[in-house]
Amino acid sequence: MVELIAATGRAGLNRVAAFGRAAIFLMQSLVARPAPLQMLPLLLRQIYVVGVQSLIIIIVSGLFIGMVLGLQGYTILVAYGSEQAVGQMVALSLVRELAPVVTALLFAGRAGSALTAEIGLMKATEQLASLEMIGVDPLRRIVAPRFWAGFLCLPILSAVFALVGVYGGALVGVEWLGIYEGSFWANMQNSVDFFDDVLNGCIKAVVFGFVVTWIAVYQGYDSVPTSEGISQATTRTVVYASLAVLGLDFVLTALMFGDL
Amino acid sequence: MTQLDDIIIDVRGLTFYRGERAIFRDVDIQVPRGKITAIMGPSGTGKTTLLKLIGGQLKPDSGEILLDGQNVPSLGRRALFRIRERMGMLFQSGALFTDMSVYENVAFPLRVHTRLPEEMVRDLVLMKLQAVGLRGARDLMPSELSGGMARRVALARAIALDPDVLMYDEPFTGQDPIAMGVLVNLIKRLNEATGHTSIIVSHDIQETMGIADHIYILADGGVIAQGSPEQLMAENSPQVKQFIDGLPDGPVPFHFPADDYQSDLMLGLNNG
Ligand SMILES: Nc1ncnc2c1ncn2[C@@H]1O[C@H](COP(=O)(O)OP(=O)(O)O)[C@@H](O)[C@H]1O
Ligand SMILES: [Mg+2]
Repeated sequence: MVELIAATGRAGLNRVAAFGRAAIFLMQSLVARPAPLQMLPLLLRQIYVVGVQSLIIIIVSGLFIGMVLGLQGYTILVAYGSEQAVGQMVALSLVRELAPVVTALLFAGRAGSALTAEIGLMKATEQLASLEMIGVDPLRRIVAPRFWAGFLCLPILSAVFALVGVYGGALVGVEWLGIYEGSFWANMQNSVDFFDDVLNGCIKAVVFGFVVTWIAVYQGYDSVPTSEGISQATTRTVVYASLAVLGLDFVLTALMFGDL
Repeated sequence: MTQLDDIIIDVRGLTFYRGERAIFRDVDIQVPRGKITAIMGPSGTGKTTLLKLIGGQLKPDSGEILLDGQNVPSLGRRALFRIRERMGMLFQSGALFTDMSVYENVAFPLRVHTRLPEEMVRDLVLMKLQAVGLRGARDLMPSELSGGMARRVALARAIALDPDVLMYDEPFTGQDPIAMGVLVNLIKRLNEATGHTSIIVSHDIQETMGIADHIYILADGGVIAQGSPEQLMAENSPQVKQFIDGLPDGPVPFHFPADDYQSDLMLGLNNG
């Protein structure tokens, strides 16, 4: 029994220590912001890898989720004769919840895991150590551009997801199920508020971008430099990032919409 | 003991723990300037660890590591990065940046630390590549190189800034005899041509003995012998003889510490 308590305590302390290390690591990467001129090409390249290459999966997923929302919304709302409200439903669920959350989850799987594996492999092949020996801070050179790229790209990807999703909803609702186009869009326009909905969705996306990318680069940097260690770190990135996104989403939603 | 007058790296009272285990216990090592010093010893004695300590990538639990009088472990981040410009390190795996061509790998330290015009960088890179015999491979990517070639490119990168100290971690391991001969000659020639100090970490006795001016043999957390190759050949201590003659077992045990073998096997029987 005592051993159990001791083990729990130790595990707890280890978690806290790991969190502290991750926080220090992040501070050092962010403070170690390199000169813009050197940073820019590195950042652009990472934006390409992390952001542009994630576009396809985001667009395809956004389209399908928007279409599903349109379909489900129609079957539910048509019973009450209010199928014109499908536009409003699709847009609100996307902007408030699904776009930031699903984008962050897809991003963790698509880009986060790749970031972890890449940095972990650089560690295992002593590329990080040799950067240090050349006198270049790997936090500056490797971690910082990747972190900023992820942080900047996720909100944009989330916006793309929402746009494509709304289009998917219209495709199903208007083109296929024949909702009157005017009321579909007008309802949407009237009900979606810029500050309450769009801005809050953006805040979520920014927070998720921060957390997911942080977890991904830290797990890579902190990984045990063996094949097994890297594979575990990659798994941890996806698991921790997904849980963090879902947990934070609840907290943020409670803060933003809880007093309705 | 040989008399060493001009010391560039002076390690004093170095103690370093990995968890509970002491990798180094109160170790003293002096590296003479401009010479080739070899650090030898069985795998796992902490040779790579020693290089990382000298390079400031690890911090000792106690002791000093002086590079021309500057204590490396006590340097701040910035001063540390500055002093590393004077050190080149050839990692065991080569550690080339896999997203850059051979040319860009060698140019990298120059671009980071100097503001030279592109033509000058180009000339320097080609000179360094020529020195390792790989000028023709400048456009290849690291994944297209053989192990021996990758190590030579890494060597060209390590000497790009003309460091005062060049550290080689196991440069001969996993090389075929020809690549090995090429590397041995290269290390010797570079040392003579540029006058930098070389530290070679290795367990390849013949090759290392052939080029080293001074040798330290590490085992069990300390230096068990040191001297010129001739002095070590004449050494009579059984520990040193075992290592130099490459005997599998002796005072330096082949086995990692373990319970008694027979009773360990019996244990399996009893439990099963
Ligand atoms: N990152 C690490 N964490 C814990 N122990 C390590 C680590 N790196 C090396 N060691 C241990 O330190 C000892 C010395 O390692 P190393 O310096 O790589 O030996 P060598 O280069 O002489 O073969 C080994 O026993 C190894 O198990
Ligand atoms: Mg080693």
